[in-house]
Amino acid sequence: MTEPTTARVRFPTALRGGTGTVSVLLVLIFVVIATQNPSFFEGPPLMAFAKKAAPLVVLAIGQYLVIVSGEFDLSVGSLVGAQVVIAARLIDGDEAMTYPVIGLMLLFGLLVGLVNGLVTTLLRVPSIITTLGTMLILFGAVRYWTGGAPTGALSEGFRVFGRHGPDGVPVLGQIPWALVIAALLTVGAILLMRSPYGRSLMATGDNDTAAAFSGVRVWRVRTLAFVGSSLMATVAAILIGGFAGVTAQVGEGLEFTAITAVVLGGVVLGGGRGTVVAAVLGALTVEALFTLFNQLYLPSTIQPTAQGLIIIAAVAYVSRRGDPRPPTRPRRRPDPPNERQLDSSRR
Amino acid sequence: MTGAPLLRMTGIGKSFLGVRVLHGVDLDLHAGELHALVGENGAGKSTLMKVLAGVHRADTGRIELDGAEVSFEHPVRAQRAGVSTVFQEFNLLPERTVAQNVFLGRETRTRGVVDDRAMEGATAELLADLGLAGIAPWSKVRHLSVAEQQVVEIVKALSHDARVISMDEPTAALADHEVEVLYRIIARLRERGVGILYVSHRLKEIFDLADTITVLKDGHLVDTMAAADTRPAELVRKMVGRPVSSVFPDPLEPHGERVGEVRLSVSGAGNTRLDGIDLEVRGGEIVGLAGLQGSGRTEIAHGLFGVDRFTRGEVHVDGRRIDPRSPRRAVRAGLALVTEDRKSQGLLLDQSVLANARLVLDAVPPFGSGRRVRRIPGILSSLELVARGGHGQEVRFLSGGNQQKVVLAKWLATDPGVMILDEPTRGIDVGAKQAVYSLMRELAAAGVAILLISSELPELIGMSDRLVVLDDGRVAGELPGGSSEETVMALATGASVHREEAAP
Repeated sequence: MTEPTTARVRFPTALRGGTGTVSVLLVLIFVVIATQNPSFFEGPPLMAFAKKAAPLVVLAIGQYLVIVSGEFDLSVGSLVGAQVVIAARLIDGDEAMTYPVIGLMLLFGLLVGLVNGLVTTLLRVPSIITTLGTMLILFGAVRYWTGGAPTGALSEGFRVFGRHGPDGVPVLGQIPWALVIAALLTVGAILLMRSPYGRSLMATGDNDTAAAFSGVRVWRVRTLAFVGSSLMATVAAILIGGFAGVTAQVGEGLEFTAITAVVLGGVVLGGGRGTVVAAVLGALTVEALFTLFNQLYLPSTIQPTAQGLIIIAAVAYVSRRGDPRPPTRPRRRPDPPNERQLDSSRR
Repeated sequence: MTGAPLLRMTGIGKSFLGVRVLHGVDLDLHAGELHALVGENGAGKSTLMKVLAGVHRADTGRIELDGAEVSFEHPVRAQRAGVSTVFQEFNLLPERTVAQNVFLGRETRTRGVVDDRAMEGATAELLADLGLAGIAPWSKVRHLSVAEQQVVEIVKALSHDARVISMDEPTAALADHEVEVLYRIIARLRERGVGILYVSHRLKEIFDLADTITVLKDGHLVDTMAAADTRPAELVRKMVGRPVSSVFPDPLEPHGERVGEVRLSVSGAGNTRLDGIDLEVRGGEIVGLAGLQGSGRTEIAHGLFGVDRFTRGEVHVDGRRIDPRSPRRAVRAGLALVTEDRKSQGLLLDQSVLANARLVLDAVPPFGSGRRVRRIPGILSSLELVARGGHGQEVRFLSGGNQQKVVLAKWLATDPGVMILDEPTRGIDVGAKQAVYSLMRELAAAGVAILLISSELPELIGMSDRLVVLDDGRVAGELPGGSSEETVMALATGASVHREEAAP
């Protein structure tokens, strides 16, 4: 029980819970980037980086909500892909359709989140399976619907969120809308985690039995986290669609990038620990690392390998630091306390 | 019993974290004898059994089997030596067959391949020996009843050629007709010369079965006596025999508005484990729920709190009928439950003191007003919570007593009308216990209705105004506060019934 205090001494309170470590890592990567490309911090390149990183930041926030409640969401990558394809097909270049379709996308995201959440909490399917299922369902459905090649086109009004922003700002040049949106969502998520809902979510991830005994509706709290994640994926889809356009590969593997980002931020898998800021910093770090790879002319195909190494190293680091959670502590499935306990079987 | 004992334990002592739980206990067990081990919860019975089973190692003393000293570093060593233990929780694999369980870890092999046939044959023989042909060796354990699973445990013990079998509360989970089967099995075992060490709270069984009775109290050996020469009342007195200490604060002058009003009333409540529960608690009153482990004390608390719902009966709080279907509803009705298992049911160990203390306010909307949240620091300091890191300190770094204060603060923040305290002083130090007692008195004086559950009889008797005694999921009777421990134990163990039966 003394181990964790050493980790605590190293960082001031504000940087607790892995935020400190990931900040140091981010600064290090930025320094290396700067040595390779001294002009990186001159406004426009930095804004370009922000624009590129924004979708991952948004996804990481969504993934954070689910992970902190003690679950996983593997469906976000497929959902991003599905949303972009839906948008292209329904808008089909028609400006007037932009906002109706965005509304429809949000509804679809809500629906996917509800399904993920309710199947996990009420049907008691482990979330890793539930969302793996949703991921495959969406992936297959989109392929089937488009016949393998997405059709249609996004409107200019749709693409503005991922591409443009107010121009002519001194020093920075253009502030991308993507950055504004990601920043607003970050602030929103920080506030959410301070609200009664956020506190109940954290409590659920820490000990769902104790939370239930205290009056938390565990199933509802977790379901809403999944809804949050799916809505974030929808926002990310709008940004990515605008930024990168429509291809059949949009969104592929993004769920793992998002989980890598969150884990790198020191948000502990299993729930109950970590902050929104840490997850956002994790996303920026992953994106910075990919930028560095580009500068070093490493092929982008190496990125999954890097992610795999990061995710293992990050979790090993947290564990080695002495995760003080007693190993015998029961990590139970979401368990509405109304169920009869099975331990003593008087019949 | 004459002749050399089969098993002799002498001067067994054991400490956990510096607390002595066994003080030089002696025990002899002869072949074919049933030796009952009795005492209150925490008397050291289980520890002694676990020392014998090789789960714990004794700090002092020696164990002799047939006159030769043995030392069991591991349960497997004890089993090989012929000492088997049937614990309350069975160590069976539900998806394996009876035979596979019996021979687990030492499967019969034919040419290197596990031979299920041979194991089933051997198991069938053992079962037939006990006169239990009804259990098929090839059925999965999952499909067996609790009683049958227990039989599998016993057969497993016999397959090790056990000469000593110890049983921990073997009837706790059995229905009446199943108990008869167990009696028959025990008779068979004794005919075969097996010595049985039998732990039970039920005096009727002890007098039905035992040759010898050993009473433990607070880790000390009180007496070993022949069952035939012992009367139930005498046994009960030996089990509890200590004066009620005067550590409990006196009731305070009541000043609350609701003192004397019926704040909680339960009538005819029941579910799978409870039946016909009638209960009334008035404001300003502390009502103790007495009973042995598994008698339904915690089940009542969970029923009231919507965890294990009542399926029949009515619950009224402050005169209004409530339907406690979930903890959330119970909280809204003004109930609070300090759970028995602090760590797994009460606390968010990785979160701060403050996050824990405001959890109910956050979780149940109408309570989330700033006013109540702002009162939390005051509540925490009035409980004299000691946390080096202040209210931001993570709860897992606190001592048991301080952790319990956090749980209490969490519930006090909701201004409960009815407070249910399930083992509120378990595992906390003396000072914190005093704080809990004083708090209970203060709450009562302020008009809160308190339902206290405790396995420590002196505490229950010392703090309660009235005692409701439970036995096997039913109310066995009600006693005034300050009743003697003997009376409570007699009601809780059904000893008074036994005496009536024995009288004519």
